[in-house]
Amino acid sequence: MRGRALVALLVLASLSARAANDDLDRVMHLLADRHHGEVSFVEQQFLAMLKRPVESSGELIYDAPNRLEKRTLEPHLESLLLVDDVLTVQRGRRSHVLDLKSYPQIVPFVESIRATLAGDRGALERVFRLEFSGDLARWTLLLVPLEPQVAKSIAQVRIDGMRDDLIKIEIRSADGDRSLMTLRTQASP
Amino acid sequence: MMSRRARILALWLIAIAAAIAIVAHANYVTDLSAFLPSKPTPMQRVLVDQLRDGPASRLILVALENGDTAARAALSTSMAHRLRANPRFTSVDNGEPLTAELDRDFLFRHRYLLSDQVSAGRFSTPGLRAAVGETIENLATSSGLMLKSLVPHDPTGETLHIIDQLAHAQGPRTLDGVWLSADGARTLLVAQTTAAGSDTDGQELALDAIRSAFAAAVPAASRIQLRLSGPGVFAVAARAKIKRAAMRLSIISSILVVCVLLAVYRSLVALALGLLPVATGALAGIAAVALGFGVVHGITLGFGITLIGESVDYSIYFFVQSLRRNADTATWQRTLWPTVRLGMLTSVCGFASLLPSGFPGLAQLGLYSISGLLAAALVTRFVLPQCMPRGFTIRDVAPLGVRLRRWRDAGRHVGDRRIAMAAFALAVLALSILYLHRGTLWNRELSSLSPISIQEQRYDAELRSDLGAADVLDLVIVSGPTLEAVLRGAERAGGALQSLIDAQVISDYDSPTNYLPSLAAQRARRDALPDERALRDSVRQATAGTALEDAELAPFVDEVEAARGGALLTAEDLRGTSLAAGFGALVLHQSDHWSALLPLHAPATKAAAPAMPDVDLARVDAALTAANLSNTQVLDLKGQTDALYAGYLHEAMRLSLAGFVLIVLLLCITLRSISRVVRVLAPLALAVLIVAATLAGLGQQLTILHLVGMLLIVAVGSNYALFFDHEGSQEPGAGPLTLASLAVANVSTVIGFGLLSFSQVPVLEALGTTVAPGAFLALLLSALLTSRAPEGFDRA
Repeated sequence: MRGRALVALLVLASLSARAANDDLDRVMHLLADRHHGEVSFVEQQFLAMLKRPVESSGELIYDAPNRLEKRTLEPHLESLLLVDDVLTVQRGRRSHVLDLKSYPQIVPFVESIRATLAGDRGALERVFRLEFSGDLARWTLLLVPLEPQVAKSIAQVRIDGMRDDLIKIEIRSADGDRSLMTLRTQASP
Repeated sequence: MMSRRARILALWLIAIAAAIAIVAHANYVTDLSAFLPSKPTPMQRVLVDQLRDGPASRLILVALENGDTAARAALSTSMAHRLRANPRFTSVDNGEPLTAELDRDFLFRHRYLLSDQVSAGRFSTPGLRAAVGETIENLATSSGLMLKSLVPHDPTGETLHIIDQLAHAQGPRTLDGVWLSADGARTLLVAQTTAAGSDTDGQELALDAIRSAFAAAVPAASRIQLRLSGPGVFAVAARAKIKRAAMRLSIISSILVVCVLLAVYRSLVALALGLLPVATGALAGIAAVALGFGVVHGITLGFGITLIGESVDYSIYFFVQSLRRNADTATWQRTLWPTVRLGMLTSVCGFASLLPSGFPGLAQLGLYSISGLLAAALVTRFVLPQCMPRGFTIRDVAPLGVRLRRWRDAGRHVGDRRIAMAAFALAVLALSILYLHRGTLWNRELSSLSPISIQEQRYDAELRSDLGAADVLDLVIVSGPTLEAVLRGAERAGGALQSLIDAQVISDYDSPTNYLPSLAAQRARRDALPDERALRDSVRQATAGTALEDAELAPFVDEVEAARGGALLTAEDLRGTSLAAGFGALVLHQSDHWSALLPLHAPATKAAAPAMPDVDLARVDAALTAANLSNTQVLDLKGQTDALYAGYLHEAMRLSLAGFVLIVLLLCITLRSISRVVRVLAPLALAVLIVAATLAGLGQQLTILHLVGMLLIVAVGSNYALFFDHEGSQEPGAGPLTLASLAVANVSTVIGFGLLSFSQVPVLEALGTTVAPGAFLALLLSALLTSRAPEGFDRA
């Protein structure tokens, strides 16, 4: 009897895992179907060095499949523009162009968001181990870096979403600092 | 007692031996100093230094084309790795963040000496409060995450500020870690040679090193191709081209002239003897230049071929006119030599006008031609008659002369009056064409003399625009007696340039002081750092009420205290970092003076345009003047170079005019008749006018070498005109032979110069296209305009 119950449990567990797997695919498909998105964000940094969190806000603009812009409006203007593997950082009059290949430590920060927005599961799985929970209506995707070198700086990225909307992105550093970005869809045209 | 003959031959042989010794030990240079002024103004001196040794002159642009980008990136990395180990290069950039870690460490350690933001105010309580506030804001944004490890050490953000200052020179985009052109078609590297740009041999070795690095690193069966560009590449290519052209053309024209002479003389001995004046002239020319100038420019040797055309004429006159039936050289010496001598002196007068030129290439050409012609004429007059075998004759060319005279006379039957009218009409027509083209008649750009093709120049410009602001065309230059003096000057100039950035006249500038500030500035910054107790107090007050705990900044307080006791930086301290190369590129040191270079970056609005971006240099100049900076000048490399050349052109025109006046004076003195002088000069002037008008009419812009070519037309043509003038006053028998000798001389001249017009080297091509038709026209026109038909002679 106990053996059967165990088998049943195992079956159930695998069924739910398959369901989670299916849901992840479905979320990914939904995201992939979306070619353009603009959301406003509020980002809080929780740093051990600081007594209280610091906050910035602005907007995120995504165009499938390879363009992502993060425009910070407060507390001061800053723009990060990612096209393919080239990141352009604009602060004040100065702008810097970085090739992501030369800065592997930035890749997980960028790829976690861009690949999720693109619904590119393959790209995510190249960098992270994926854990999906919830369902289409309300889901959570946990990304854990595969590379030990990267894991030294980033412990995990957690993305919360509803269908094809991202709601929250939390990046936990290995040293315990974390940033929490809350997204809100702007009235889209 | 030696005979007269033995004395002459001994003297000649001794002279030849001496000339050979001088020529063998002469110093030959092939760099562009032939085009640089011999007595430069201070501004030109800076320009010359720039062109010869400046950072711009030492850049080699390397492009990898074809094949896929990933393979090219791997090749770029492995080539750069090889080349960096080669002492022929001071730096090799391909976009890899190379010594980045070492550099960052250096900048971080010395941030309080290097940052121009360091002042007492910045470390006071209000200054710190502002800086800390800004740092906290930065921490709030995503890039802040990358900075957080710096904050406890550097809460005022000096390290980032220094990196910003250094990194603003925006390179091309990178892909797979290396530079790639905007269209993705080329993978790019920039190598800076150790050898100066003027060291063509050194440049050639550096190019070889790049080629072998490519050959060693390129995978077998790869489609990737290597292309090189830059001043060094051009210098090496130009040298090879001039060498090749001069060699090939000398050989071909010698062969053709030899063929003509053989056909005329039908005698190998006469041929061998006939070449003696030519060879002696060439030797004497080089030897004279070596003695007179200390160095012989490669381009002067290139001109050497032009001498074949004229000096061979002397022996032609000698043989044809004197050796008809028996070796009647004494008669020739008495009757015709004075005419040859006058023609030679006319040429010498023309070329003498080039001697005072500030353009070393022209001055050498002048001396070379004068000595070459003198030597050739002297050998013809004194040595050749001594070498004649007894009873030696050549084929009688009188029949040729008779036929030529019949043609000439047929032409003259039109009548002197009508010929003169036609000549006048032609002159008016030529002058009107020249007048219509007066605006565009002269090419005032030095590049018009460059043997580098338009395609190659365009490719170079493409690579430069691919590389972005790496171009160093507009510079502010600060000169002074010591490194410290020019660094201080550069810091003051930087203040003036900052206002131009705000006014968007320039987008930015580089300065050696970004790498190494003057000792004075470093000392001022070090002195501005507060002591430990004061700083601790300021930190406590500045962080009060903020998110940052003052205890977090303990490393900052310690490191400022350490910096207060630290030594100031010298150029030595940069060694081992990539900053050393950056600094070295912007500082020049000649024996007794230093220059700091501040390259200007064009405003961003204009950089987007496909044409070369431009900086409004007049406004830069005004700002520098307003700031009252001594020893600081703005230099527009291309503009200055062209101004230099325009100066040469102007000078050459004046000198040529002076030469012409000299020739007129000489003819007036010797011919003692204004009408004869006019008759001699009219066909030459008309030939020059027609050639110039034809070139202009065909859309060819004239350069300094066309001007030299016109001088040569007068030099060569004066022989023809003088013979025709002489013919009229001599006994009838000489007529046909003179005519035949002139025709043969003319054919050999036209062959020599005609060949030059096929040369790919613009200076040689310009000479060829001017002199070949000009010499022919000079003969034709002299035959029609100068010769006077004596009564009863025509129908003899």
